[in-house]
Amino acid sequence: MISVHLILFLAFGAVCVAGAVNLLVQRHPINSALSLIAVMAALAGEYLLLGAEFVAALQVIVYAGAIMVLFVFVIMLLNAGVEDRTQGSRVAIVFGIPGMLIGSVLVAWVVLRHSGTGDVEIGALPGPPKTIGDMLFHEFLLPFEITSILILVAIMGAVVLASKPPSSPAEAPTQKVKD
Amino acid sequence: MPIWIYVVAAVIKSAIVLLVLLTAVAYTVWLERKVVGHMQNRWGPTRVGPFGLLQPAADGIKFLFKEDLTPPHVYKPLFLAAPLIAVIFALTSIAVIPFGNAITLFGYSFPLQITDVNIGLLVILGVTSIGVYGVALAGWSSNNKYSLLGGLRASAQMVSYEISLGLSLVGVLILSGSFSLREIVDVQGGTFLGFIPRWNIFLQPVAFFCYLMAAYAETNRIPFDLPEAETELVAGYHTEYSAMKFAMFFMAEYANMITVACLATLLFLGGWHGPIGGPPIVQAILPVFWFCAKVFAFLFLYIWVRGTLPRFRYDQLMAFGWKFLLPLAMANLIVTAIVVVVK
Repeated sequence: MISVHLILFLAFGAVCVAGAVNLLVQRHPINSALSLIAVMAALAGEYLLLGAEFVAALQVIVYAGAIMVLFVFVIMLLNAGVEDRTQGSRVAIVFGIPGMLIGSVLVAWVVLRHSGTGDVEIGALPGPPKTIGDMLFHEFLLPFEITSILILVAIMGAVVLASKPPSSPAEAPTQKVKD
Repeated sequence: MPIWIYVVAAVIKSAIVLLVLLTAVAYTVWLERKVVGHMQNRWGPTRVGPFGLLQPAADGIKFLFKEDLTPPHVYKPLFLAAPLIAVIFALTSIAVIPFGNAITLFGYSFPLQITDVNIGLLVILGVTSIGVYGVALAGWSSNNKYSLLGGLRASAQMVSYEISLGLSLVGVLILSGSFSLREIVDVQGGTFLGFIPRWNIFLQPVAFFCYLMAAYAETNRIPFDLPEAETELVAGYHTEYSAMKFAMFFMAEYANMITVACLATLLFLGGWHGPIGGPPIVQAILPVFWFCAKVFAFLFLYIWVRGTLPRFRYDQLMAFGWKFLLPLAMANLIVTAIVVVVK
């Protein structure tokens, strides 16, 4: 029997896949970025259908809201134009596309047949913020903290790469403003 | 409750709330013109209707009949979509805001809220964070240097202050232990020492200050209205917009102000709690009255600040956000967490 749930799942899935394809096809970076936002939002819808409302909200706030705003911001700041279209490499067409198809079929087959996960009732998995918080700060405290340190290291790396110390007085910041 | 009653109730509630919200948006504009006028020793609108009360209607008609220009060389799909994005997401967040306790009609209980979700606060944060795209894309798609600068400023400013805004709310969340706006309000019932209302503003004054500052910046209002600073950027991101498309940005700004005021009322000012007495019908209406009165007071504060303060410089804005407001919000969060744990 086709339930409303299944229809919604398929609809969000279709939006997700269409957005992803559009991301690749579009030639202007801003259109690609907007397609990626659509993908993120559709994914949030899928999480919501699974009963994981907290993850869905975070998906929208963090990915669609914060990270993609930075993407769009950078595209606007660089005033990136339409990208040049090359012919594409023959290797990619001959081997890449069949390889990708085989790979995705393999992954789907392994996940469906051999992962040992059965059907799950909606709401059976941890969804409410309280449960997730409990798990995050008890069961998964160490991985959580290690991940945050990893992100901190990445941020510091970005800061070091971005900040070029002025090597001579001629390159001092006051000079840069004039350019 | 049968499902059809639920659906009908939801439709009726949505229609009423949207009607009230749009009217409130129109009359906030009137209020602002009137109040700022009196602050500057002028009258504000007086000609259309008594006290200029029909001015919003006249403005609306004017917006509808103005020539709707689309300049050449704009990126059309996004140029048309941007005002829609701005106004749609500004109006959406009202859906999870509760106005009062449940009322009982025909034997069924209806909460005074379009929909009660247990992550209401996160829904509002998510919707407002998507609303940034309206301003950013408007600035970019206009193909105009002033618009682009306005859009860039707006997105940088909103992303920066969103962090302080979120952190200032966490203190309240720790105290109430829920994301549901209804539960957050319920926690604030009662009084301290018999006369001070148990509102979060008395427990979290620093958080309220951070929220206030971040909220002004998020809604691009004076003293943080850099994205549309007319002395340097003509009109910022909406320079190229005219007629109804311009009006949409205007509506979005005022709808966002009202959302921010509602959120401040719910989180810090005790929601619909207030002195209640009199006959039953008055008792039923009073909570909604208190809610509206607090929202009105917050909006008045907005306008008051606008009539008082000059605009920041952009580097001052960024330094204030990152070097002062963010550490302050973090310190408040840590102190609150320690106090709650030690208790």
